[in-house]
Amino acid sequence: MTEGVLIDKNKSDSKLEAVIKPESFTGKVSGEMAEVTLILKKEIDIKLEADVITPDSFAGKSAQEIGNLSIWQGPKTYPLSEFFEVIGNGGSSAAETLIRIKGDAMRIKRIGESMSAGKIEIEGSAGMHLGTGMKGGEIVVSGDADSWAGMEMIGGLLHIKGNAGDHVGCAYRGKWHGMKGGRIVIEGSVRHQLGGGMDGGEILVEGNVESFCGIRQNGGLIFVKGNALRGLGAEMAGGTIVVGGKIERFSPGFEFVSMENSVKFGETEFIGEFKKFTGDYAISKRAKGALYVAVDTNPEL
Amino acid sequence: MAGTIAIKNGYVFDPLNEMNGEIMDIFIKDGKVVRELSAAELKDAKVIDVSGMTVMPGGVDSHSHVAGAKVNAGRSMRPEDHYKANIQKTSLTHSGSGYTVPSVYKQGYDYTAMGYTTVFEAAIPPLEARHTHEEMRATPLLDMGGYLILGNNFFLMRYLHNGDIEKAAAYVAWMMKTHKAYGIKCVNPAGVENWGWGKNIHSLDEANIHFEITPRETIKGLSEINESLGMPIPLHLHANNLGHPGCYGITKDSLKILDGVKPKQNMDVEWAETKMDPSRERSVYLAHMMFNSFAGTTWGDCESGVKDIAEYINNKDHVVIDSGCTPFGEATVMTGDGPAIQDMYKLTGNKWSNTDVEMEGGSGVIPFTYFKSNPVHSLQWAMGLECLLLINDPWKTILTTDSPNGGPFTKYPEVMTWVMSEAFRKQTFSECHKWANDRSELGGINRELSLYDLAVLTRANPARTIGMAHRKGSLGVGADGDVTVYNINPQQLDTNNYEALLQAFRKAEYTVKGGEIVSVQGEIVSLPEKRTYYSEVHVENEREKEMLIDVKEWFRYYTLGFANYPTPEKYLQNPTPIKVNIVR
Repeated sequence: MTEGVLIDKNKSDSKLEAVIKPESFTGKVSGEMAEVTLILKKEIDIKLEADVITPDSFAGKSAQEIGNLSIWQGPKTYPLSEFFEVIGNGGSSAAETLIRIKGDAMRIKRIGESMSAGKIEIEGSAGMHLGTGMKGGEIVVSGDADSWAGMEMIGGLLHIKGNAGDHVGCAYRGKWHGMKGGRIVIEGSVRHQLGGGMDGGEILVEGNVESFCGIRQNGGLIFVKGNALRGLGAEMAGGTIVVGGKIERFSPGFEFVSMENSVKFGETEFIGEFKKFTGDYAISKRAKGALYVAVDTNPEL
Repeated sequence: MAGTIAIKNGYVFDPLNEMNGEIMDIFIKDGKVVRELSAAELKDAKVIDVSGMTVMPGGVDSHSHVAGAKVNAGRSMRPEDHYKANIQKTSLTHSGSGYTVPSVYKQGYDYTAMGYTTVFEAAIPPLEARHTHEEMRATPLLDMGGYLILGNNFFLMRYLHNGDIEKAAAYVAWMMKTHKAYGIKCVNPAGVENWGWGKNIHSLDEANIHFEITPRETIKGLSEINESLGMPIPLHLHANNLGHPGCYGITKDSLKILDGVKPKQNMDVEWAETKMDPSRERSVYLAHMMFNSFAGTTWGDCESGVKDIAEYINNKDHVVIDSGCTPFGEATVMTGDGPAIQDMYKLTGNKWSNTDVEMEGGSGVIPFTYFKSNPVHSLQWAMGLECLLLINDPWKTILTTDSPNGGPFTKYPEVMTWVMSEAFRKQTFSECHKWANDRSELGGINRELSLYDLAVLTRANPARTIGMAHRKGSLGVGADGDVTVYNINPQQLDTNNYEALLQAFRKAEYTVKGGEIVSVQGEIVSLPEKRTYYSEVHVENEREKEMLIDVKEWFRYYTLGFANYPTPEKYLQNPTPIKVNIVR
């Protein structure tokens, strides 16, 4: 999903077309980036809390200094070098630092937490809380991402080429203010509660979502090219959801408004035949959520 | 020697001894303030030089929600309050988490870091006394105690309705002893009982369901009991209609009920030496005045009614208040006023909880955020500060945020700085909604409290108000060796430089508890034991027996057995009874 590219390679029946023009989600990448490669040395049993793996904390540090950064595993801390071989020095700023992680990082949590700039490339899958609260820069995962990817994200680009777990771009447990800005792109499918409590930004899913996508959404855009199971937009108060595939069980608190030929959200435009609904009136009469459903895949609605 | 220290060369602010910034040394021996230390004692003593700094008695918080069922409900219903605010364990201290409702350890450390050494829990439902004491016992460093919720108690409502003040007093005396509680708290008198039936009470002479007692009768009756027993603290009142536009009227009328009541404190304690009379002079202690001071009729036309109540209090001598300031940001509202919580749910749609405490009252919890962009929240910020600035006599005011209702106690430094610095207030006016300025008097107030005034509001007066001035709130000989040293040079005090004040109040240079240094620049360095205070109120055996016949008979409506009702002393760390109602 890059500039000007039409999304139509999906297996779903949707004839939907999307034109997505990324604004400057990743911030300025100034020429050359210093590359730090982390090669996983051993299998990880208890999951690592790796919030230290960010361009911000690697910037200005040598490979050895990076290896000495401490990382939590259960109740203990270890130097990063206990688990990774570190090759290369960080750049002089976060924006000039590229981190490449080689190996299966599925048991490594919180990679890129709160990062403000630079780039992380994960050549494999990533553990829970990937890019939580990230403010800028870019994370690319070639495999899957576990639950809570992009939780309460503020800015930047989180690109997951495989599938993702639950609570992508969601709010933390107990509150309903999730992702506020930036963009999450998922080429595969995701599980439940995508964009829960989302306040802003964009989440674009090529595959399917399961239950309660956009629950308690307050703002921002969720686009699902594929199908949605149930509870779509439940309790949403604002924001926009666009679904290209089939909605298994439509939420009862929405009312039909109009037929539309396109949906425009910021610089993103979806072209196709939509039914527009608003809600969720089950939670409030003042709800301002907008739900666009592709007509061809949902003839019964 | 533990508990022995000399704190030298500081500028001392000790209002109960009329010390206004004089340079002097404070000596503490075995945990108590002494006139001096002998040469031999000095050799063993810890000596710290605090030249150029401000020395005050340890901070006293007379109204804070820090222990018990509703606080814990707040903790458990708010995981989002915890994940960003946490501390790691050290070789000395526990780990902890929570911003508006911190875990017990964290709240003990956080209060201590700010220079507070004594904190009283504002509302204990009797049934939850054990739980409350368990949490107070587990809260490190702070001397504590708490007030028993009695404003909607079945037994008392029945006695008061029948005019049986003697039995009612015997019941209160027995309850204090039974639950190791310190004073009488009255929350939404007569109204919370109606909440059990989905109703509330909105005027002073409206009788409630079944018990047919009015708020006026409840307030009057509880105050009569309070003074007849000689309780340490005045009747602690959370008035009716809290948080409703227009509620300032009923608040003022509630205060009027107790005009002319003579405060009678009858305690058998050893009094620390003070120049001022340290006994309490008020007959009513109004809780979190801001929340009870709205004028207007709706949230659309509401404005501050503080001026009107403040004028009344300025002209009378029987009222003391705590402010209940709202310093903006996250809060968790928790109160024995169940219907008030439901009102806030209707306003916000936030998750909430409500509990009916059997025959004793109600309770509720709801998270809340005060936004600078919100007109009403901005007005509330202004009103809280008006409470402290429009009442002229500092000895009638106490600084609180009704923590965590208006905001967590860790925001006290902001409130302290606002009352001391007009520049800081102007700064906040420029950031918040114009209602703060347009609908209150705050913008026109140029009063700036002195360090001496601040010592009144945060130490001397809370201690004196609640009857702890015999050992807290002063640095007189015989007082507990609790001292705060702030890194503020009073000679160079510049209230325009509010950032410096904020820094100094957030992390006391030293906090000394019972003569031991417990924190240095906000870092905990030792963990001496703490005390828990409660009122052991004398009542004649015959009276108690007669009363207990009723209590036992009605007790079958409780879900627990009579024998399991009391809180044993083992639930308290260093239980320290204060003998009340002594026969001389």
